[in-house]
Amino acid sequence: MDTQTIKQNKSVANKTERITGSEAVIRCLIEEGVDVLYGYPGGAIMPVYDEIYKYQGKIHHVLTRHEQGAAHAAQGYARISGKVGVAMATSGPGATNLVTGIADAQIDSTPLVCITGQVFSHLLGSDAFQETDIVGISTPVTKWNCQVTKASEIPEVLAKAFYIAKSGRPGPVLIDITKDAQVSELDFQYKKCTGIRSYIAVPKIKSDAVKAAADLINNAKKPMIVWGQGVILGEAENELKAVMEKAGIPSAWTILGASAIPTSHPLNIGMVGMHGNYAPNKLTNECDVLIAIGMRFDDRVTGNLATYAKQAKIVHFDIDPAEIDKNVKTDVAVIGDAKDSLAQLLPLLNETKHESWLQEFKDLYQIEFEKVIKHDIHPEKEGLTMGEVLKQINIESEGKAAIVSDVGQHQMIACRYADFNVTKSNITSGGLGTMGFALPAAIGAKMAAPDREVVAIIGDGGYQMNIQELGTIFQQQVPVKIVVLNNEFLGMVRQWQQLFFDKRYASTEMVNPDFVTIAKGYHIEACKVVKREELADAVKEMIASKKSYFLEVCVEKEDNVFPMIPTGASVSDVRLS
Amino acid sequence: MSEDIKSYTISIYTENNIGLLNRVSAIFQRRHINIESLTTSQSEIEGVNRFVIVVNICENQAKKIVGQFEKQIEVIKAYYHTEDETIFTESCMFKIKSELLFEEPQIQNIIKESNTRIVTVNKEFFVLEKSGRRHEIEALRRDLNVFGIMQFVRSGRIAVTKDEMRITEMLDAFNN
Repeated sequence: MDTQTIKQNKSVANKTERITGSEAVIRCLIEEGVDVLYGYPGGAIMPVYDEIYKYQGKIHHVLTRHEQGAAHAAQGYARISGKVGVAMATSGPGATNLVTGIADAQIDSTPLVCITGQVFSHLLGSDAFQETDIVGISTPVTKWNCQVTKASEIPEVLAKAFYIAKSGRPGPVLIDITKDAQVSELDFQYKKCTGIRSYIAVPKIKSDAVKAAADLINNAKKPMIVWGQGVILGEAENELKAVMEKAGIPSAWTILGASAIPTSHPLNIGMVGMHGNYAPNKLTNECDVLIAIGMRFDDRVTGNLATYAKQAKIVHFDIDPAEIDKNVKTDVAVIGDAKDSLAQLLPLLNETKHESWLQEFKDLYQIEFEKVIKHDIHPEKEGLTMGEVLKQINIESEGKAAIVSDVGQHQMIACRYADFNVTKSNITSGGLGTMGFALPAAIGAKMAAPDREVVAIIGDGGYQMNIQELGTIFQQQVPVKIVVLNNEFLGMVRQWQQLFFDKRYASTEMVNPDFVTIAKGYHIEACKVVKREELADAVKEMIASKKSYFLEVCVEKEDNVFPMIPTGASVSDVRLS
Repeated sequence: MSEDIKSYTISIYTENNIGLLNRVSAIFQRRHINIESLTTSQSEIEGVNRFVIVVNICENQAKKIVGQFEKQIEVIKAYYHTEDETIFTESCMFKIKSELLFEEPQIQNIIKESNTRIVTVNKEFFVLEKSGRRHEIEALRRDLNVFGIMQFVRSGRIAVTKDEMRITEMLDAFNN
């Protein structure tokens, strides 16, 4: 008897059915509750597409215009819903085009299952047409990957794929299926995977660690929380809120943690990191206990590690043991699920308020308001700012929109100024910084959450990296709202050139096409704003529209995003100008 | 934690799956760590493989990369140990012209004194095999090199640890 290395639920069906591998792929997806997948057909995956044709009505396939778009759309779907996003592509270039999205999902812990076709198994290694070693290529950027060469392996491998993608710290999984495995038959029976012996999805929380964390927090005079996406992935928003409120702890968020707690919460002190808020960055180096929850001390958050929170005791809650002490040495580590850990912490905490400590954050906010925020959202100069566009979107969407941002200045502005009143509302490429992410991710987000207002905020650079996905929006009639903040520059790179390269604007100026005409070419309603007095009405019309809508706002060309922690500087050296 | 560069032996217990070696080596490559030696074999548990990898790094790095190995789905458990914490050996083989065995009587003394085993002898060549510490193997190679070596090969380090690994308990916990 084979040793059992995975645990599976009992099959719902008693009998097995004789079907092809390609039909089995679709049946597995349906069993896993997949209602929509994103992809692009080609030779090595055609048998599966034939089954998609037969199963239309049960599963909806969205033809993107590029496989990268499929991967990002699946990410957007996963990020807003918490469900596993599915992308599909053919072998060779189809598979390699997925890689950027997979790498993005890996670094941002997004659950994806990517299915690629592969050449016949007898051709593997022969440099066959459209053969590429996608398992080898994707190894460093997947949580798990596997090549299937026999139809009979498909149900178990796909069951494992979904379990691995979603459980514990989520991530992308790639399954490469040879064409012979797709066309040959198997006795099909589906059993969901519930455990793998070499993989501890959720480590058991140690109660003495929780106790030690509570002791540090209870004795703190100046505690500060920095939470990350772990709170959202672990659905621990309520538990976090309860902890913050009971212990009266000023709490800041990383870019991917945004929206877990509403912007308006009195203890929400803003974003940390390179372009985060002044107070939480500055006071990171003043707090006495720093409580990190579901975040990984990214270099964009910490600045120079040698001068990061050295005065503070560090408490780190994370589900991934490899994150503990990876960048910042912790005093107490609580390893486990965020929701359960915080629920265990709560009864051990003393009810406290830290009014004078909280006041320090408020005072620094006033400084940031005077020096930065006022200029950004209530500008007196002629040129439009990105911040005032966000302000209008907040007003018209009542702060309930899901903001899907791309990468660059507009992304930082979106994260800084969007009102987040609902969790899972900030969908952006945080870790990888993938330009071109937002347009396809917005498609996936809107399809996963059709009742939500989904607004993509994109720069003129990133927009043109996946602009072809306008075709997907048109064909699928996805009512996303697209806002391009056009400064005719690769703005963030230009900002760095201005600050650190003596204004040598090498290859950052963009001569752009007529974006409105392009949108109209895809039959998408479109509008362009160049003057401040046109902005409010244009945003109002966009939000009111029931269809997809494109809004171009021509903003000031050479505006900068502040505050800023220059690379290698300390968080306490955050600059306001 | 010590920042001194030392020789660490990394032991990784894994499922026996295609592609895992790639995943393991990629973790070193990404961090620009050179692998001094790598051996993989069946472990004491049926169906479970064991990697023994030697790297020269600091303890802080060793701890972090062990975390990265354990993060891989098919890795059951990973450890790092210093030389003092392991019992280790390497083995090597020499192929030498047979005529030297008779022309150079000293070779026979070297073989005897170093506890080297003669694997085979034929008209053209004879083959020696020896297990031991690196310096013993190196000394033997230097001694024999004087007379001429047709082929020399040395294996990676294999090592067992002084402390217990408790892999079986871990796997039993899964099944219960």
